[in-house]
Amino acid sequence: MADIQKLEALVTQVRRDILRQVHKVNSGHPGGSLGCAEFFVALYQEVMDRKEGFNMDGIGEDLFFLSNGHISPVFYSVLARSGYFPVDELNTFRLLDSRLQGHPTTHEGLPGVRIASGSLGQGLSVALGAAEAKKLNNCNYTVYSLHGDGELQEGQNWEAIMYASANKIDNIIATIDLNGQQIDGSTDDVLAMGSMRAKFEAFGWIVIDIKEGNNIAAILKGLDEAKNHTGNGKPVCVLMHTVMGNGVDFMMHTHAWHGKAPNDEQLATGLAQNPETIGDY
Amino acid sequence: MKIYENTGSKDTRSGFGAGLEELGKSNEHVVALCADLTGSLKMDAFKANHPERFFQVGIAEANMIGLAAGMTIGGKIPFTGTFANFSTGRVYDQIRQSVAYSGKNVKICASHAGLTLGEDGATHQILEDIGLMKMLPGMTVINTCDYNQTKAATIAIADHDGPVYLRFGRPKVANFTPADQDFQIGKAVQLQEGNDVTIVATGHLVWEALEAAKTLQDAGISAEVINIHTIKPLDEEAIITSVKKTGCIVTAEEHNFLGGLGESVSRTLSMNHPTPQEFVATQDTFGESGTPAQLMEKYGLNAAAIVNASKKAVSRK
Repeated sequence: MADIQKLEALVTQVRRDILRQVHKVNSGHPGGSLGCAEFFVALYQEVMDRKEGFNMDGIGEDLFFLSNGHISPVFYSVLARSGYFPVDELNTFRLLDSRLQGHPTTHEGLPGVRIASGSLGQGLSVALGAAEAKKLNNCNYTVYSLHGDGELQEGQNWEAIMYASANKIDNIIATIDLNGQQIDGSTDDVLAMGSMRAKFEAFGWIVIDIKEGNNIAAILKGLDEAKNHTGNGKPVCVLMHTVMGNGVDFMMHTHAWHGKAPNDEQLATGLAQNPETIGDY
Repeated sequence: MKIYENTGSKDTRSGFGAGLEELGKSNEHVVALCADLTGSLKMDAFKANHPERFFQVGIAEANMIGLAAGMTIGGKIPFTGTFANFSTGRVYDQIRQSVAYSGKNVKICASHAGLTLGEDGATHQILEDIGLMKMLPGMTVINTCDYNQTKAATIAIADHDGPVYLRFGRPKVANFTPADQDFQIGKAVQLQEGNDVTIVATGHLVWEALEAAKTLQDAGISAEVINIHTIKPLDEEAIITSVKKTGCIVTAEEHNFLGGLGESVSRTLSMNHPTPQEFVATQDTFGESGTPAQLMEKYGLNAAAIVNASKKAVSRK
């Protein structure tokens, strides 16, 4: 049984990590990162069956692929706090010679990252390839992936979505971060995509909703349900309804903080709303 | 002068198919992906004999590249197959981010490259792919000249750890390199020894270069012919050594002169041993419909064009 209180404490710490990373270099993407803090903590601390250390091939463990690479601050924070690399390294985010590039990459050998992402729409294909490799290897583990909702405007996703059901890839759980925002405004204003559930179902996927995507218990329940649907000949999609900027009141419910860093005063406000729990890096 | 015999014209893509099928038997890690062109890419044998390792992705090349990148995670060696145009220009960003920058062991195998695709016309005749691919850091770029070499290269690249672009073509062309050749990535093959001009050719232009050398000999010009199957990494030493002897060079390729083999050679020589150079290549143009032979004639990519370029290069010494 998951210790929800402990996970929530980690979420608060991850929010601090996100704010401090982007503030230090005055760049990066805090909004989407904050909206997915609970998801990452749930995934890495409770859901995924992970091995100690890092091996690129990921044999005998669950895998995760981040497709919307711009939310690297939350990815880096949770990877570090799950033991993939020293937490102190978060200090190097986006700095010259860092392994923590603006968008995640394998190029600098950062443990925990298996593919570069940033140019959007490519992650699902990669995750499906890894899922196919697992099947060939008789490796009975699950591949998880995360995608932005705006990102689904990229056509390659729909090639991949079509491929997955046609080929009965049932060891994938693709989560869509439905925060309804993208750089230029709300997804409905920029390019309305209609019902995501109807689209995925029409493409032959099993669709799970997590209505409270910023609630750890709800995420655990939803991902558990998703896991129960794997192995049944169909790919599984999780529609995770989140609030962009969650946990920092002035960053919530707006696209304004998609790719903007807080100033000193805003950082102080944000940190005050998220008191230190397990310790700053 | 060495005599090279055409042992029977074959298409280079069939060499790829044969090499892939051999890999299917010899290397369990090799998987193949195809975007609805299994017959054209000659991947039928692999598909029939190793169905569990063959992935039909449909007309969805971007997804194919991503799938291939993902399959390397878990130790597979994916070979993707489609036309050169759809293997490169259509999916450049996918190759750049998910394969090259991510350092994935994907073999991008591209048929129907260049003008010799023929009647389908310019939409399908990519003449920019060598340039696109050689600009990607870490990418190996190979353009083979005949059936035997394409088969040997296909087998060899499975043992190379890193992304590779393997370019070949549609038409039946002379098959003249040894069936048992030891294909070494990045190693030029000297086909004729000569003193007056160096001809460095790749792909379908290699046979044309050998034909040109015969004509040049009759005209009293001794041509050294080098088969550069690997454009990146380029065998710079072989080129520099040859031009130190001959004093001029012709590069020949079925590709735009911008961004192709010629420019790589030019850079090498300008930095190490400045040498008069002539380019046999397309002149910053698209192709058009026609038979392969008609197109190679019209766009100046045959033995006659190499002869003329060689004479011009010699005159510039």
